[in-house]
Amino acid sequence: MTMSPIDDRRPLVRVEGLTKRFPISRGMFRGPSAHVHAVDRVSFDLFEGESFGLVGESGCGKTTIGKLLVKLLDPTEGRVLFRDGPEDAASVGEVFTDIVDTKGKDLKAFRRRAQMIFQDPYESMNPRRTIFDTIAEPLSVQGIGTSLERLERVRQLLELVGLIPAANMLFRYPHELSGGQRQRVAIARALVVEPSFVVADEPTSMLDVSFSTSIMNLMAGLADQLGVTYLYITHDLAVARYMCQRIAVMYLGKIVELAETEELLSNPLHPYTRALLSAVPVPSPAFQRDPVNILGDVSAPVDPHPRCRFHDRCPMADRRCYEEDHPPMEDHGGGHFVACYRV
Amino acid sequence: MAGPVLQVSGLTMRYETRQGQVKAVDDISFDLLPGQVLGIVGESGSGKTSIAISLMRLLPDNARIISGEVLLDGHDLLSMGAEEVRGYRWRRISMIFQAAMNSLDPVYRVGDQIMEAIEAHEPDLPIQAAQQRITDLFELVGLDPQLTQRYPHEFSGGMRQRAVIAMALACRPDVVIADEPTTALDVIVQDRILRRLKEIQRDLQMSMIYITHDIAVVAEVTDRIGVMYAGRLVEIGSTEDVFNSPIHPYTSALLSVFPSIRGPKRELVTLPGEPPDLIDPPPGCRFHPRCPYATDACRTDEPPVVERGDHRAACWNPLPVSVRSDDVMRSEEPQGPGE
Repeated sequence: MTMSPIDDRRPLVRVEGLTKRFPISRGMFRGPSAHVHAVDRVSFDLFEGESFGLVGESGCGKTTIGKLLVKLLDPTEGRVLFRDGPEDAASVGEVFTDIVDTKGKDLKAFRRRAQMIFQDPYESMNPRRTIFDTIAEPLSVQGIGTSLERLERVRQLLELVGLIPAANMLFRYPHELSGGQRQRVAIARALVVEPSFVVADEPTSMLDVSFSTSIMNLMAGLADQLGVTYLYITHDLAVARYMCQRIAVMYLGKIVELAETEELLSNPLHPYTRALLSAVPVPSPAFQRDPVNILGDVSAPVDPHPRCRFHDRCPMADRRCYEEDHPPMEDHGGGHFVACYRV
Repeated sequence: MAGPVLQVSGLTMRYETRQGQVKAVDDISFDLLPGQVLGIVGESGSGKTSIAISLMRLLPDNARIISGEVLLDGHDLLSMGAEEVRGYRWRRISMIFQAAMNSLDPVYRVGDQIMEAIEAHEPDLPIQAAQQRITDLFELVGLDPQLTQRYPHEFSGGMRQRAVIAMALACRPDVVIADEPTTALDVIVQDRILRRLKEIQRDLQMSMIYITHDIAVVAEVTDRIGVMYAGRLVEIGSTEDVFNSPIHPYTSALLSVFPSIRGPKRELVTLPGEPPDLIDPPPGCRFHPRCPYATDACRTDEPPVVERGDHRAACWNPLPVSVRSDDVMRSEEPQGPGE
């Protein structure tokens, strides 16, 4: 059920049947007796140069997908295919490599192409290392440049992310910076090896609004400038609207809807997406939102039955939703995919 | 119209730190009318929570109230002795804390914790009446009364926040301060809690101070809004007035930086610079280093109060009436949004 590209954009990453199950331990000497199905047979394409949003509530599996895509985790099943870069000269363009089996030298090369920015700018940096050390580390790991060249490269990046004058920043420590400045350092560190793909996991959710918009604008500007492809993970649909060309909505390990951003916001088809949209407060006192008409709470996807993950909360569910396997993603026109029997 | 239940005037609070005095709350005045919801919005460190803990007299050791008056029913909470305050706190004025996770004791059943609060403040209430009240409170906040015998870890985040709301309402206070009660929750859970809180507030005609950084939540929940910046209340007015025609450039900026999923997708504005260090705040208007309209007066002198009916702001260069927030403060950063 790989999705076909909706126009002539080329996929950079193809995700096919991606699955990650985490065992739940029931005591020291007993084997795992159950599994959390954090990501369950998910497939989608990421187009070159796009910013693709992954939204959903806590525990829906969005961060797990992000980690699987940069190989910080290995999947239980499925494939993550990257288009070979120009450096893999023999086969320009049309050959994909599965990163799941990538090891050794190839894995190191892959780390140059794919980077991740984490949510918490306070936790993701070593407090004893200077800003220069933090940003230059990927360069020394990759063996790129002499120390003088690295210094120059780090200076350029600090300027790129708006930490100026760069010379004043180089030898400061993380605790001397504000949250917004730290997140700029995290972005610089991710971009220093010139990756073609970056997973950004809630990069603005811990920041105040005035910082978060400047980080959002910075990231959008860098995407245009450097042609980076983003997987942008967020729980905030308003942030996704500004950052992403397409949005996928996740619920309990499944993508339930995927569409171009404005299409998804103006014409949500899946009952969960509709509920999620009507739950978002609107910064306008006169606006009256529709009530959110779904039932109950999110459960944990522990060995779920083979049926629609959303059936027990769905206002439209019927027998089919209960008796048949989780519905497949179907194209409802123009690349608007929905996984629902009732749409 | 009845007089205010709570009158705050000239509240000034400082934290003593090794680096110096942090001027966290500076000369704040506002009234809260019966049955009214007043929102206090601002970014981290603007003094929102410091106001709340000053009103509750729950100050950490290094905090000092320098001056001011907080009148509840004509009694000044700030000049009371510790013993006297205890008679008011929770009974007359209570607080719903941020991060419900940490404000419930993990080793006691949730119902027992609420019982303890009731017993401490209303020792004469018969135990049956107290138990009945806990059942009613659970129903009020939308929790199954069976759950009173459970421990906090058996609750989800949303359930814990409901329990914390129930606890704040346990002694039927006149004034409730809600400090970011839904910040850590997912939107669907947040939506349910906000709706329930609003219903309770309406049914009980409770007066509430709602503290948040979230402009969208404040738009939906409050009747009036006070905007904090760097320890000062820079603007206060009815929610409609503040949203439709902000007076202070900071308010206008705060409204424009907030993304929304509704309406046309407008350019996201950024606010250059950072909030000032409150140990050594800038002279004059504390917003002047970041303000696009700043003039010489802003840099040296305290801004005067501009009044438009009951809508007030402290600013030298107030925005004209009915400037839509979207139209001011265009992006001044080198990288514009990716258009």
